Amino acid sequence: MTSFTLSFDRIGTKDHARVGGKCASLGEMTQAGVAVPTGFAVTTDAYLAMFDETGLRGEIETQLASTTFDDVVSLERSAQAIQIRFRSHKMPPEVEAALRADYNAMGDDLPVAVRSSATAEDLPDASFAGQQDTYLWVVGADAVVEHVRDCWASLFTARAMKYRHNNNLGQIDVLMSVAVQKMVNAQTAGVAMTLDPLTGDRTRIVIDASYGLGELVVSGIVTPDNYTVEKVLMEVIDRKIFDKHVELVPDVIAATTVEREVGADRRQAQCLTDAQIIAVAQLAKALERQNKCPQDVEWAFDADMPEGENLVALQSRPETVWSQNPVEPAKTSFSTGMMGMVGALNNPVGSKK
Amino acid sequence: MDATTPMFPSAYDLKAPAGAEGWEDLYPYYLKFQPALREKEDQKFWFCDSQHWPNPFKPFDTLTVEFAVKCLGQYNTRHYLVPPANGVDYRIHNGYVYMSPIGVPPEKIEARIPQFMERAGHYFQNWPTLLENWHKKVKANIDEMEAIEFEKLPDVVPMAWVKDGVGLDNTTALTENYDRMIQLIYRTWQYHFEFLNLGYAAYLDFFGFMKEQFPTIPDQAIAKMVQGHDSDLFRPDDELKKLARLAVELGVAGALKKGSAEEALAAVNVLENGKKWVAAWEAAKDPWFNYTTGNGFYSTDKYWNENLDIPMGYLRDYVARVQAGETIERPMEALHAERDRIASEYQEMMSPEAAEAFQGKLGLARTVYPYVEDHNFYIEHWSMGVFWKKMRALSKLLHEEGFWPTEDGMFYLDRNEVRDVIFDYGNAWATGGDWAGPAYWPEEIARRKGIIDALATQAPQPALNNPPEVITEPFTIMLWGITSDSIKNWIGSDDDSGDMVGMAASPGAVEGIARVIRSPEHLNEIQQGEILVAPVTAPSWAPVFGKIQATVTDIGGMMSHAAIVCREYGLPAVTGTGSASSKIKSGDRIRVDGNTGKVTILS
Repeated sequence: MTSFTLSFDRIGTKDHARVGGKCASLGEMTQAGVAVPTGFAVTTDAYLAMFDETGLRGEIETQLASTTFDDVVSLERSAQAIQIRFRSHKMPPEVEAALRADYNAMGDDLPVAVRSSATAEDLPDASFAGQQDTYLWVVGADAVVEHVRDCWASLFTARAMKYRHNNNLGQIDVLMSVAVQKMVNAQTAGVAMTLDPLTGDRTRIVIDASYGLGELVVSGIVTPDNYTVEKVLMEVIDRKIFDKHVELVPDVIAATTVEREVGADRRQAQCLTDAQIIAVAQLAKALERQNKCPQDVEWAFDADMPEGENLVALQSRPETVWSQNPVEPAKTSFSTGMMGMVGALNNPVGSKK
Repeated sequence: MDATTPMFPSAYDLKAPAGAEGWEDLYPYYLKFQPALREKEDQKFWFCDSQHWPNPFKPFDTLTVEFAVKCLGQYNTRHYLVPPANGVDYRIHNGYVYMSPIGVPPEKIEARIPQFMERAGHYFQNWPTLLENWHKKVKANIDEMEAIEFEKLPDVVPMAWVKDGVGLDNTTALTENYDRMIQLIYRTWQYHFEFLNLGYAAYLDFFGFMKEQFPTIPDQAIAKMVQGHDSDLFRPDDELKKLARLAVELGVAGALKKGSAEEALAAVNVLENGKKWVAAWEAAKDPWFNYTTGNGFYSTDKYWNENLDIPMGYLRDYVARVQAGETIERPMEALHAERDRIASEYQEMMSPEAAEAFQGKLGLARTVYPYVEDHNFYIEHWSMGVFWKKMRALSKLLHEEGFWPTEDGMFYLDRNEVRDVIFDYGNAWATGGDWAGPAYWPEEIARRKGIIDALATQAPQPALNNPPEVITEPFTIMLWGITSDSIKNWIGSDDDSGDMVGMAASPGAVEGIARVIRSPEHLNEIQQGEILVAPVTAPSWAPVFGKIQATVTDIGGMMSHAAIVCREYGLPAVTGTGSASSKIKSGDRIRVDGNTGKVTILS
């Protein structure tokens, strides 16, 4: 056991800085008993080892010294150069050995997702998270090693560098963790918010769902079905069904994912059953309780697992829009007792439009 | 629709169906739209209360609407001075009753507030002790009604009366007992509303607060937070469940299965443990079998204790389910826990200030709400059961004395005509001549029966004239579930699509086979797993709620009995669809969504 990797079920609170936000959340969910695909974090220690033991740090510092950040061409050229430097170094042997050992322990050539897990210091703005790469359906230890390195390199895209520059964040001090997680063979997947994103209504859970992996929902390529669940009664109160023309599915032979057109019979159908909608809502509600604030949850139904056990959480993070801006200033005084009743009688709620 | 055409017809343009001409003679003048008042009456919005009175009135039975609605009004108008609301005006037209709430002129509302605070405030502050007293008053009336017997006039006044110098004859008791029965039930109907309007007011306050906190909260979620589960209204059904389990435990279930209730009881009674079970059955009867399959508002209502085959039928269903290993008892602890879970989860989403106000309002609503459910057993079931039993006995007596050819003839007379008949009977008995009634009433009753049968061939209009722009009258909204939106549904109710929209009254969504039930006599046709579709249901249909998947009604709001029972039994319900029982046919496959209020005919 090295400090370079950490299985999701062993991530403790003290490890959060080393594993980044996504892995910390996967760790918390795993330990709270939420169904999460198994996996491990490649910690920032591994990234630092790469940085310091291969001479990469010096190379990058040199490159940065000659970068004009306000010059798009210079910035882009610099970013390219740094990424090439990342790929031209082999991982330190003890890091690579740890990574291969943990991957192999998950199963023989198990398809996994390799995702960046940003550290808080680096990414105060959640919307920035998407700038780091995600690789789906990665198979074999060699490919995993390669994609972990690619994730690290993605810290130095031109956009990420520019962002840090504009926000006075150090370029060289940022750290990155990577999640290696069993790939879900998603029948359906999507996002659940534990409030109504249009109104901030916290009594509702709003679910976007479509066929295949959830990436097409998140990226907006497909218009997902949109379901609304009443959070306390746990009842479906609205179902909007859309034309879901395409789905992201694994191409097992090519060891990658492909976009495939959805057959006419399924496109216009409600992609989740009511029971599945409620199961997703319950998952999101549990995660909201656990995290004590409204959540934005990525979930999937795994086609390889039995009905009733096939719902998994892929990510849960705090909802950032409404949580920061309350719907309206909270009213602090209420008429109670007899005056409350007089008010209610004089202005009964059913009379309001 | 152009601006000059009213949304609903005028009563003055609504003709009686063929064969019902002259129906106006059946009802007293103050219950009818008077031609001289047309201009004034057409300005008002009237809605048909077919929720409580779905069938045309026999003349005697109008006392139920008269006493109920008059007494509702007195508490708003004269006892508590509810600031914005007086009572509800009502008229009978073509046999059905139409209601029109009377608001308080805006400039007079403010002056009523201090009065309301003191008067209603006194009740809220002293609720438990006043309610305890209410139970005593209602029970005393029941006891007095039970003690009243109508006896045929004897050949001669008893010797003892002569010797004691009583100086009165047997007609005295007959006359006074009849008047006393009417007085007692009139008093009982006053008691009915002594607490009810206040219960609704407190609920409305809580309801409004929740809607302000959570504008999208389902009405049914609010109802679930205050609903009691150990209400006396459900006690008769619970008693049957207990008896079913006891029968299985005592090994007498087999003997219960055959024949009439009387035969089954006799068969059980000879078994070793049978006497113990029969004793339990007898104990449950008083008072819990004072329970009607209707709603207490009709002389034709069938009460369990006079029709033991009805509870016996339900009991047999329960016995079969106990024997199949099912749990038929309601999980009270789980229901209470669920009620508290719902309340606490909403509270968690509130600010601390709102949470404090919530606690106060929820507490009051939970204190007063049980009355909203419980009273129904004590008044509509128990008191009215005793009243109708005594009235049927009087009708039978007069039938046997030749006044009418059938036992129920008296109900074709209004309550004041019955006084005349009693006088006619006593008068001729005294003079030694013949009473005039037998020569007059059989033909007149036949005529009236023809009219009422003809009236029943025509469904009532949902409403008359134009509704106000917004319905603001609180009790109309609460009791009848009438809002500006629900009125729109009535108008849209004659489109031909398979979709209907009503009130989302109890949560859940299911698909299944529909069974349309128009009267309680057909309740036994319901098969396991079907969806009950009915114009209106009564709480006493509860025993079939264990068999069905969902309920759809034409009439009724969030607080209608169907809605209350469905929430109690955890079944999806859509109420107030306007037309489901005529659009849906038994055997149709339908989808009922108690979350959205939508009902769809699938095939």
